[in-house]
Amino acid sequence: MSRRSAGWPRMLGRGLLTLAAIAFLAVFLLLPLATVFVEAFRQGAGAFLAAVGQDEARSAIRLTVLVAAIAVPLNLVFGIAAAWAMARFEFRGKALLGAFIDLPFSVSPVVSGLVYVLLFGAQGWFGPWLEAHGVSIVFAVPGLVLATMFITLPFVARELIPLMQAQGNGEEEAVRVLGANGWQMFFRVTLPNIRWALLYGVLLCNARAMGEFGAVSVVSGHIRGLTTTIPLEVEMRYNEYDYVGAFAVASLLALLALVTLAIKIALEWRYGDELAAHAPGGR
Amino acid sequence: MTLELTSLNRRFSDCAALNDVSLTIAPGEFLALLGPSGSGKTTLLRILAGLDYPESGKVSCNGRDFLAAAPRERKVGLVFQHYALFRHLTVAENVAFGLRVRPRRTRPKRAGIDARVEQLLARVQLDGFGKRYPSQLSGGQRQRVALARALAVEPDLLLLDEPFGALDAQVRVTLRRWLRRLHEELGLTTVFVTHDQEEALELADRIAVMNRGRIEQVGTPREIYQQPATPFVCEFIGKTNRLALQREGGRFVAGGRTFADDPWLGEHAQAIAYVRPEHLTLSTTPLPGAWRARLRHVYLAGAVAHLELEVAALDHALEADIASEDLARMGLHSGDELHVSPGHAVIFSLDRDGGAIAGDRWLWRAGVATTTTRLPARRSEAELGAHRVDGGIQR
Amino acid sequence: MRRRMLPGFNLSLGYSLSYLGLIVLLPLAALTWKASGLGLGGLVELLRVPRTLAALKLSFGGATLAAAINVVAGLLVAWVLVRYRFPGRRLFDAVVDLPFALPTAVAGIALTALYAPNGWIGQWLAAFGVKIAYTPAGVLVAMVFVGFPFVVRTLQPVLETLEHDVEEAAETLGARRWQIFLRVILPMLVPTLLTGFALALARAVGEYGSVIFIAGNIPMKSEIAPLLIVQSLEQFDYAGAAALGVAMLAFSFVLLLLITLLQRWSRRWAENAP
Repeated sequence: MSRRSAGWPRMLGRGLLTLAAIAFLAVFLLLPLATVFVEAFRQGAGAFLAAVGQDEARSAIRLTVLVAAIAVPLNLVFGIAAAWAMARFEFRGKALLGAFIDLPFSVSPVVSGLVYVLLFGAQGWFGPWLEAHGVSIVFAVPGLVLATMFITLPFVARELIPLMQAQGNGEEEAVRVLGANGWQMFFRVTLPNIRWALLYGVLLCNARAMGEFGAVSVVSGHIRGLTTTIPLEVEMRYNEYDYVGAFAVASLLALLALVTLAIKIALEWRYGDELAAHAPGGR
Repeated sequence: MTLELTSLNRRFSDCAALNDVSLTIAPGEFLALLGPSGSGKTTLLRILAGLDYPESGKVSCNGRDFLAAAPRERKVGLVFQHYALFRHLTVAENVAFGLRVRPRRTRPKRAGIDARVEQLLARVQLDGFGKRYPSQLSGGQRQRVALARALAVEPDLLLLDEPFGALDAQVRVTLRRWLRRLHEELGLTTVFVTHDQEEALELADRIAVMNRGRIEQVGTPREIYQQPATPFVCEFIGKTNRLALQREGGRFVAGGRTFADDPWLGEHAQAIAYVRPEHLTLSTTPLPGAWRARLRHVYLAGAVAHLELEVAALDHALEADIASEDLARMGLHSGDELHVSPGHAVIFSLDRDGGAIAGDRWLWRAGVATTTTRLPARRSEAELGAHRVDGGIQR
Repeated sequence: MRRRMLPGFNLSLGYSLSYLGLIVLLPLAALTWKASGLGLGGLVELLRVPRTLAALKLSFGGATLAAAINVVAGLLVAWVLVRYRFPGRRLFDAVVDLPFALPTAVAGIALTALYAPNGWIGQWLAAFGVKIAYTPAGVLVAMVFVGFPFVVRTLQPVLETLEHDVEEAAETLGARRWQIFLRVILPMLVPTLLTGFALALARAVGEYGSVIFIAGNIPMKSEIAPLLIVQSLEQFDYAGAAALGVAMLAFSFVLLLLITLLQRWSRRWAENAP
């Protein structure tokens, strides 16, 4: 650049800081990721495929997809409704609603599972009634879905609220004046304006739903083949000293994380402006 | 201190921010760098402050190499366009900053710093504001804090980047007269950057007019206004009318009116004349050699009236300024017929492609025998960039 | 109520509140109700068990230390990513999100494998007699891992909008690089650094999946509070679980409030730019 700022002491300082930052990222973040794949293939591709192909692994994958397939769309609808209310209207208690939407982010996953046990478990509020009617929620699939919904509730809303606030009411008011009804306005103006942010939110929501461990661990009851999602299958194999099996299944989740990250970055690079209002990571 | 800038060049990725700039700044001088945005004036200021460096060229200060010195060794005070105050520090802490960061052996004692801050705040008329934060001040007050902060390090050279750019029109005028007085009291060599010609003409001892990385002309405000050296300066400073001139039988003619003898002795067939609106003489009765004109519109702007005149012989309009009182005395109204003739003009010869030849300047006055004041041709026309001639009113 | 220009207010707000009420508020109310049944005395009694106290100490102490480490490391990384241009910068920028993206159980077993005495990092440290896995230090490593992106992602946008001319002003006033950093840049980042600290702390305190594998879970030594909740539930000690749960929930609420205030402060701070 310029003569003085290219002076060697400053360049050296920059170089050292950059190296330190890269070293930190490599050792603390990249190395654990690499470990997952190295451990998964420690005994070769055959052992990996065998571990992934076991019935327990298959049923864990099926259950994980099922849970996400229920929880994510529900949170998607909630996210849109909450963002519409928060970004388009002024009402009393709006700040409080915003804080409650963020709440699941700051609650320990274990506490998120615990609350459902206390609500639907044998000693919970609805426990006796549910038992009398033969419905099981805790230690069954509904519990897994509920805990996952709790944990991933904020993701879509969090992406949409700041974006829609930044976009303002102008376009929607314009089509209303032009005579469109509510749903026409929503599908022709609102939705196209938020589609990339929506995809972004759904992506993060899905990744978390499939990878959630703490909350589902509490409500699952760990019944192999019935209530174990992939992360729980990882834990069970690890605790049974089946390291290759644990890492093999874990590598599927790591792969999901990488794909999510890649799509996320692609979205940020390609549609950065349309995601503009969201804070972390998007530049 | 005398600053000698020699052949400075600075390029940004594809365009030249400074192109062979040389300039001498005298001790105690109040110099304005005036030009449109992108003309390189801020780059020049940043080079003097040590925040940027030229690719080639020299800056010497009393014979010492200025560019080899780090910013903190240069004894330069810089006031930023948006002030760049430290918002986490109070006004007093802002002003004291330059003293507090000094190495221990040259740092004044705490009491000394406090006294100096008091004195500076009084100087910029902000006594009692020391404990406030910048966000609690008005724009003009922030500007003065930035000035006090720059003065605290006792600079030999004060640099101001668009000092009044971010202020309201009212505050601007008050503050610039105040700054002029302050400069006279301090006697500090001061360079300021502005795109506002009025500011430069009113404040500066000398003005350097910049365009596309070059200095077009350096001179006193009077010289810049009355004897512009290049077509760019004519057009950038003040308002002007452009007239295309043709050589006809040894004289230059516009719209059938003879201007005067050809000072170039047949060297050029075409020329361009710049006539300021106040240098057009108006009359309701015919004048010898005047154009007939029709008054199309009167724009009354307080003491001065701007008249838009349609001159049939010229195929474009002229703008003339006269005192509003004179307008009333002459009883002129839109649609009236009148006669108009130029009193002064700055004329540049044109080459075959219609590009102005900057070195060939002719200061023409009506009724005065033709004398060429031909400037030395300092640069070729190609370097300067041809000014196409298309007539019309220039603001 | 005044007339609203756009439709769907009642529908969207009603739906949001019902959904939020059913999924989040009702279950949290159940927890609070269960805990309140114990009374304040009973609650304190349950928390004063030495093993519980040790776990709480580790969770809160470890999370605080991890957040502090993350403030330093996060500032370094955010600074380098925003200010310097080097090959692979965008890739490393993406890497910062790994702890967000990687499921906690996966991170947990990977960190354990890395820091175990026979792991890639563990074997080098073992040579110096340093043990990370199955000790409180392992808990710390996992907590640093999960909290790290919060600090970087909070800092980056602020660093990007930091006015460059303020630093240049300090430079022309004679400040050296380190003086500019300490006296100009760092003070301007304080609200943001505190926000990042609080976010990293909130995440690390409640973290379960990535910690329990590497912790070794030795009672009184490397057990974290969320693990005790799980163990209480496994022993059908609902009261104990509720007591710990409500304590952690209360802490989450306080942190959430603090974070909201901090964010408001740093926004005002940014808007105050003269």
